[in-house]
Amino acid sequence: MDLGHTQEEEDFRRRLRTWLAEVLPELPPRPDPLDWPGRRAYDMGWQRMLHDAGYAGLHWPEDAGGGGATPTQHLIYLEETERADAPYVGAGFVGQLHAGPTIAAEGTPAQRRRWLPPILRGDEVWCQGFSEPGAGSDLASLRTRAVRDGDDYVVTGSKIWTSHAEVADWCELLVRTDPQAPRHRGITWLAMPMDAPGITVRPLRTLAGSTEFAEVFLDEVRVPVGNRVGKENDGWRVTMVTLSFERGTAFVGEVIACQRVLRSLARTARDNGRWDDPVLRRRLGRLQAEFTALWRLTQWNVSEAEHSLRRGGTGVPGVGGSVFKLRFSDARQELYEAAAQVLGACGSLDADHAWTQERLSSLSYTIAAGTSQIQRNIVAERILGLPKGR
Amino acid sequence: MDFRLSEDQEALRRGMRELLEARFDHEALRHGAEAESQGAALDAGLWKELGEAGLFALRLSEQEGGVGLGLPEAVLVFEEAGRALLPGPLVASHLAAGLVPGAADGSVIVTALDLEARTPVEHLSSSARVLVLGTTVSALAPGTLTVRPMRSVDPLSPLHAVAEEDERADGEEVREHEDEHREEDRKGRKAGVYGKAGVEERAGAGRESLQADPVRLRREAMLLTAAQQLGSAGRTLDMAVAHARTREQFGQPIGAFQAVKHLCAGMLVRLETSRSVVYAASVTEDESEALAAKLLADEAAVANARDCLQVHGGMGFTWEAEVHLHLKRAWLRAEQWGTAGAAEDKLAAAL
Repeated sequence: MDLGHTQEEEDFRRRLRTWLAEVLPELPPRPDPLDWPGRRAYDMGWQRMLHDAGYAGLHWPEDAGGGGATPTQHLIYLEETERADAPYVGAGFVGQLHAGPTIAAEGTPAQRRRWLPPILRGDEVWCQGFSEPGAGSDLASLRTRAVRDGDDYVVTGSKIWTSHAEVADWCELLVRTDPQAPRHRGITWLAMPMDAPGITVRPLRTLAGSTEFAEVFLDEVRVPVGNRVGKENDGWRVTMVTLSFERGTAFVGEVIACQRVLRSLARTARDNGRWDDPVLRRRLGRLQAEFTALWRLTQWNVSEAEHSLRRGGTGVPGVGGSVFKLRFSDARQELYEAAAQVLGACGSLDADHAWTQERLSSLSYTIAAGTSQIQRNIVAERILGLPKGR
Repeated sequence: MDFRLSEDQEALRRGMRELLEARFDHEALRHGAEAESQGAALDAGLWKELGEAGLFALRLSEQEGGVGLGLPEAVLVFEEAGRALLPGPLVASHLAAGLVPGAADGSVIVTALDLEARTPVEHLSSSARVLVLGTTVSALAPGTLTVRPMRSVDPLSPLHAVAEEDERADGEEVREHEDEHREEDRKGRKAGVYGKAGVEERAGAGRESLQADPVRLRREAMLLTAAQQLGSAGRTLDMAVAHARTREQFGQPIGAFQAVKHLCAGMLVRLETSRSVVYAASVTEDESEALAAKLLADEAAVANARDCLQVHGGMGFTWEAEVHLHLKRAWLRAEQWGTAGAAEDKLAAAL
């Protein structure tokens, strides 16, 4: 057990800190959350700065134009950018964390040349077309059809929960190319240009009032066969490669952000007198224990990923990610429930209060990226070896 | 940064597990529970063997007759002790090694009186010395304490409540006790249930001051207790999973039902979350991290035992099944060296 960092890692941290201190004051003001083109421009501007300073695609392999960073360096990057209050990856999320790494791993040389550099430079935005109204937790039951017609696939169906669809240039799309095959074997991965005829984007308003997601309707959209990554009907495996790029670092910034919010809850409670309530104080004390443990669990998962990579493995933290996500989702929701108690009626019922917005947003944490129920199935079946049931 | 255990640490853990499997197996556990003779002596032979295996002297330097290892290693062996549900004042005797003669090699059993948490003292009748931890550290003979024997909820851990006056006699700052306790104390005194501990003196009757940092000892006590809780939480998870795999109802193993599966998954989440902070705290020796470790490990041990009991259905409610012993011990350990409420208060104050 060694919780220290190497000299190389500490040097990396120092260089990054110095750079952040230099550039962050020069950033333009943050855009209005409802201004999608403004958000895209802001996020891509930040990505361009990262690119020019050599931090773009830090965790991508070097031969894909990335930094080839170890999981620990990536952890340090996420830790430091969050502590410095640097912009979040935002509109670059799908490109940098899903589509890009998939193309890097499975694309042809021509595909890599075409799509990877614009992602790293912040020139092109990607969105994700995986889930469907009828295929949520059971993603492999997706039904959006793609029929081969000459050099094109003709795609018809609908996708849902697609973030940044309004401002994306490309969509990483899962389609059904063989309805007769067993369900995991008839799926294909396509890069769909978002300006193709036949695409309708309808923003979905979340319960928080924002339009974070969209539904995407596809009516005989033509996608060139050359935009297929991997073999036809091999899209499920290709997609799993994408997911395996998650190296335990998925929520690093969020854990640190939660610790900051917790300190700020304590400050507010001391100011407004609610600190006198011992029940509230203990609630905040317990949350401090939670986030202390979750930070260590994150480090643990990252160190497992790093060890796996060194042995020539995949660098996937395994199901440790599910264990972490289950606990963290609950802790984050509890954080904003505690925030409501700190605020009292006037704050917690005020839809314009930032913590009220966060309390609403937090309701998605036990649903998005694999519901807690699905995560428990994964933990029970893949770690504990309990039998698959129905 | 590497959370994995070194080869030496793995070997140490394996060695302790094998020793306990050979010397304190399920039969021994069950036998202890069957006897349920309150005040029963600990197995002095086993205690000596534990001493020879280094359980107590682990962190003493080799010149002092120890093994020269650190807190992370101590946490690993205490996790194994918790897993086997090994009874006794293991933490007190470990902390007393190097301070109280005979503690290090297991020839003397040392229990503890914590003046902050005021938990009843365990295994007083088997112990030759009592380590007293308040704002200072001292050791005294069990016979000098004014105590009231209790019928302990944990059949393998006999307990004595200690009268308040004994703490005052030590010149300690005694914190305000809950009214309930004071009332009980007063009634007990009236009815004459308190008396001098009827234990044979084996190491002299004197009360001696010890040169040790009480803050550090308390932190280490929290961590080593948390490690035992972690071991118990891991064991009850294993028991629940084994049962869920083999017990069939409605024509399939009950573990195939999501209702059962999700209970088990929740147990693993508790175990691994608390493990990460217990191990980390053993490396950093940070005060807040140790508080978090104790808080989460206590919760993991108690809640995992509860869920394990639930997975076992009716059998879980019997004396025969081992699970109640884990729950009862977890309750005891959760009260020792600071409760959840105290940890939450301290963590909040530091925010």
